[in-house]
Amino acid sequence: MRFMVLVPGNAESEAGEMPSTEILEEMTKYNEELVKAGVMLAGEGLHPTSKGAKVRFDRGTPTVIDGPFTEAKEIVAGYWVWECASRDEAIEWLKRAPFDGGTEIELRQIFEFEDFGAELTSELREAEERLRDQVAERE
Amino acid sequence: MPATATDRAIEAVWRIESARLVAGLTRVVRDVAVAEDLAQDALVVALEQWPRSGIPENPGAWLMTTAKRRGIDELRRRAMAQRKQELIGRELEILQQLDQPDLAAQVDDVPDDVLRLVFMTCHPVLSQDARVALTLRLLGGLSTPEIARAFLISEGTVAQRIVRAKRTLSEAQVPFEVPGRDELAQRLSAVLEVIYLVFNEGYAATAGEHWTRPALCRDALRLGRILAGLMPSEPEVHGLLALMELQASRLRARVGPNGEPVLLGDQDRARWDHLLVQRGLAALRRAERLSRALGPYTLQAAIAGCHARAASVEEADWPRIVALYDGLAALTGSPVVELNRAVAVTMAFGPEAGLALVDGLADDPALRGYHLLPSVRADLLVRLGRTAEARDEFVRAADLCANDRERELLLSRAVACGA
Repeated sequence: MRFMVLVPGNAESEAGEMPSTEILEEMTKYNEELVKAGVMLAGEGLHPTSKGAKVRFDRGTPTVIDGPFTEAKEIVAGYWVWECASRDEAIEWLKRAPFDGGTEIELRQIFEFEDFGAELTSELREAEERLRDQVAERE
Repeated sequence: MPATATDRAIEAVWRIESARLVAGLTRVVRDVAVAEDLAQDALVVALEQWPRSGIPENPGAWLMTTAKRRGIDELRRRAMAQRKQELIGRELEILQQLDQPDLAAQVDDVPDDVLRLVFMTCHPVLSQDARVALTLRLLGGLSTPEIARAFLISEGTVAQRIVRAKRTLSEAQVPFEVPGRDELAQRLSAVLEVIYLVFNEGYAATAGEHWTRPALCRDALRLGRILAGLMPSEPEVHGLLALMELQASRLRARVGPNGEPVLLGDQDRARWDHLLVQRGLAALRRAERLSRALGPYTLQAAIAGCHARAASVEEADWPRIVALYDGLAALTGSPVVELNRAVAVTMAFGPEAGLALVDGLADDPALRGYHLLPSVRADLLVRLGRTAEARDEFVRAADLCANDRERELLLSRAVACGA
C-alpha cells in the first residue's frame, strides 16, 4: 500500500527560513531510517506559499490568486510517499517522526490505478502517462 | 477472532523491528536459532503486555531488553532443572553474552548487523530454498504461514526448511560477518540471486493459478531497497534494484482482465507505475555511475530502461538494446541471452539479420527442447513472408510448450499462417 504523508507549514516555513541544524539533523536521520527500511519512495519539501498561487474556478472563468495563502491550515510544507505493508505500519513509522509542539501530520492512502476502475478511461490514462513520462525524462 | 488495533500495531512494530532485533541478538549470542527464539519470546511478551500497557516509546529497545531478560531467565531455569548451580559450555557463554548492562543500547549502534544477517541467510552452505525461506523470515519479517502461502507449499515444509537451515548454519559455524574483499563479489552475487529469485517467483509465477503474485514482488523490492541502503557503493545492488523497480512498474499491465499474461508489446503503458519507472531509472543511473564495467543486473536493468523510456516497443532504442545484449551475452555466455539478442537485432536491423543469428543457435544443446527457439524463428519467418516454414515452426514450438495458454496461442498463430 502506498501512503502520502502531508507535513503542514508554519510561520517559519512561510517566512522561507530553513529549519535549525538540529531539526535538519533529526529529519535527515529519520529519512535515512525510512530509506534503509525500504519504506520511503519519494519525499520533497515545498517553497513558501508566497511563491505559489491558487487558481479559482468559478462560472467558467479561472481567476489567479497569488500567494501567500493566509489560511494556515491549508498550507502544506512537504510530503513523503511511503510503501508499507499496512496502514498500521505506516502509522508506526509516522509515530517515530521528529515533530513536536502540537504539529499534526496527516497520513493518507494513495489511490492506485485499480482503485479508479472504469472512471479513468484508457485515453485519459494515456494522456496522463505521456505527461508523466515527459516529467520523468526531464528529471 | 478479529485482531484488535493493538495486535495489528504490534504486528507492524514486528515488521519494522524484527530484522534489527534478530541481527542484534545474533551478534550477541552468536547463534541465529537462539537469537530468533529469543526475539519470538519477546514478541509473545509484547502481545501479552502491550494491549494493557500501551506500546512503549522505543519498541525496538523494549523488545531487545525483554529478549535478553527472557534468555537469562530461561537459561537459569534450565540450570535449576538440571540441578546444577552453573550452566556449562555453550549455554554459559550465551548467558554471559546476554548479561551485559547496555545490551539494548547496542541495537541501533551497529548498522552492519542487518547486513551480516543478510550474508548469513544467503550463505552458500544452505540450499537455495533454505536461503529464500530464511531471508524472507528473518529479514522480510514474514511469518511461516505467509511464506508458505507465497510459495504454495505447506507450513510444515517451510517450518522444517527454516529449522534445518538454522541448524546447518550452527553446525557449519558460519561466522556472523560481512565477507572480506576476496570473497565479497561471489557472496554478494548469492545474496542478489536470492532476492531476484523471490522477485521472479512473484513476477512470473512458476506455480499456481495466477500469472503474477505482486506481494512477493513487493517483498523482494523491499529487500532490494534495504540492501541498497546497506551497500550504497555496490553497483550491482543498485542494478538489481533498478531491474526490479522497472519490471515491477509493469506488473499491473502484465495481466489481462481474465488473468491472462499480456506481453510487453501489447501492454497498456498507461497502466505502468510511473513512480516505480522513475525510481528504477534513478537506481539505474546510480548503478551506471558506480560501475566501471556494467554487471549482469545493471545490463538487464539498462535494457528494461530502454523500454521504460520508449512510447512503444517499436520506438525503443534497439541499437542500444543490441549493444547491451552484446555485453550480457559476453558476461553470461547464455544461449537464451543470445536468442533475446537475435530478437533485438531483428528490431534494430531487420528480420534477415535476426534469422541468421537464430539459425546459428539451432544446434545449441542448451536450447534443445526450448519452445521459444522455434517460436522466435517462426516469428522471423512470418516477417520475411515465408509463412509455410513459419507454420511448421509454430507447430514445433507448440509441441515443446508446457504452458496450456501459451500453447493455444502458438497453435492459433500456426493456423493464421494458412494451410
